[in-house]
Amino acid sequence: MTSRDVLRLLFFALLVRPFLLVAIGLSVRHRERLPKDGPVIIAANHNSHLDTLALMSLFPLAKLRKVRAVAAADYFLRNRWLKWLAVDLIGILPIERVTGRGGVDPLAQALAALDAGDILIIFPEGSRGEPEMRQAFKRGVGHIARRRPEIAVLPVFLRGFGKVLPKGDHLPVPFFCDVVIGQPMTGAGEGFMQRLEQTVDALGRETPSSEWA
Amino acid sequence: MDGSIFSFTLFGWTGANIVTLALVVLGLAVATALVWSRPEPSGEDPKAIEKHRELRARIGSWWVMVALLVGALALGPTAMIVLLGFVSYLALKEYLTIIPTRKADRVVLLVAYLAVPIQYYWIGIGWYGMFVIFVPVYMFLILPAAMVLRGETQGFLKAAGTLHWGLMITVFSIGHAAYLLVLPPPGAPSGMGPGLLIFLLIATEFNDVAQFLAGRRFGRRKITPKVSPNKTVEGFVGGLIATTLLSMALAPLLTPIGLPQAAAIGVLLATAGFFGDIVMSAVKRDLGIKDTGTILPGHGGILDRIDSLVFTAPFFFHAVRYFYF
Repeated sequence: MTSRDVLRLLFFALLVRPFLLVAIGLSVRHRERLPKDGPVIIAANHNSHLDTLALMSLFPLAKLRKVRAVAAADYFLRNRWLKWLAVDLIGILPIERVTGRGGVDPLAQALAALDAGDILIIFPEGSRGEPEMRQAFKRGVGHIARRRPEIAVLPVFLRGFGKVLPKGDHLPVPFFCDVVIGQPMTGAGEGFMQRLEQTVDALGRETPSSEWA
Repeated sequence: MDGSIFSFTLFGWTGANIVTLALVVLGLAVATALVWSRPEPSGEDPKAIEKHRELRARIGSWWVMVALLVGALALGPTAMIVLLGFVSYLALKEYLTIIPTRKADRVVLLVAYLAVPIQYYWIGIGWYGMFVIFVPVYMFLILPAAMVLRGETQGFLKAAGTLHWGLMITVFSIGHAAYLLVLPPPGAPSGMGPGLLIFLLIATEFNDVAQFLAGRRFGRRKITPKVSPNKTVEGFVGGLIATTLLSMALAPLLTPIGLPQAAAIGVLLATAGFFGDIVMSAVKRDLGIKDTGTILPGHGGILDRIDSLVFTAPFFFHAVRYFYF
């Protein structure tokens, strides 16, 4: 383990997990569907920065090194502080949202992580958007799933994190949050993106919600 | 309190409190043995298997709750007040999660959360005058004032009203249970505060179970078919008789309440508990949910568990305070 890994472990053990436990309180449905090991792609809806921390905390601390969240390079590499937080502390995989610059494969890092047996977290909506509203999924996850058709995609529905800490807000307000884990699916075959969207929406209907006006 | 065989103390605990808690643990152990000795339902009936699993989960949750309460009582009144404050916080969080809230009110909700430590601080220092007005005067006026500063009038009345009700049940009501610990004046026999709280909790939970069992055994005439179809006249009366008898056995032992008064207290607790239960049922029905949460496996949410206490705690507190302190 590098010093970075130790720091991340301490960050999750001493800050993230107690915060999720006391200030939020996760209600996880179908926890048994979580794989113990990668490679696997976790595709979740996205409402808050807390989504990444919550999904990472579902795995044991010893596995933390192998859990990588794909995140927008243009946002998280904006300045050195944010970059340190995102890349060094949390260990995101920065990805270019605007493709076609310099002919580099934008998915290369994500594919390499999967090939190394990592657990890849992807938010197919691409950005957090309006809190607690699902936007249309972007196709990136489809490309990854098509290029690694043997790797399972695990759809996950998250609710409440957008109420706790929505986009543009810095003060978290405590609410209980739901994490609903779906059955693994694969990227093989037609209409994958549509199936994924429908599956995540169906998971959302498993738990009741109050409106957020 | 002056019962002969219970008039010993151990580690600063009165004998009556120790014996009562030991009986609770024993009762729970018997219930656990009964549930676990029952064979797992075989065959293809998923409903029976689910029910069996839920019953075991419910017993497990009871152990956790009893262990936390006994542990906090052993550590002293401050620990118990902190524990009940945390229960209030969890209950408020659960309530704010299940009701519709407005995006504009995010900061206002933080102010509402702030009411929990402040209210429990008044309880901790035993400032009765502030304890009894802080929520219904200060918070109930400050919260709408904070809301109006946010400038959103759409849904204002609904948001203010639901927030008030939430603080009322989760912070103000439950706070009355905690205040029992500091209610007896300095000269009172030691263990009286904990005794009052132990009695309230046992009688409230016992009444829940007794009304449920009596309803299942004898229930015929529904009281509130629209709100809670399981509640029957027979269940209510059966629970009321059982709780009154329990109150007459326990109250003279644990509290300054005498035997005839204990009967009246039993009737009060059974009636209040019944209404607490169906009021929470009505809240859930209005919101279209079955349980208020998932924090207590086998029970549901924390509000599902403390629904009766929300009504019994203030009524019991004020009856005791008026007549005995």
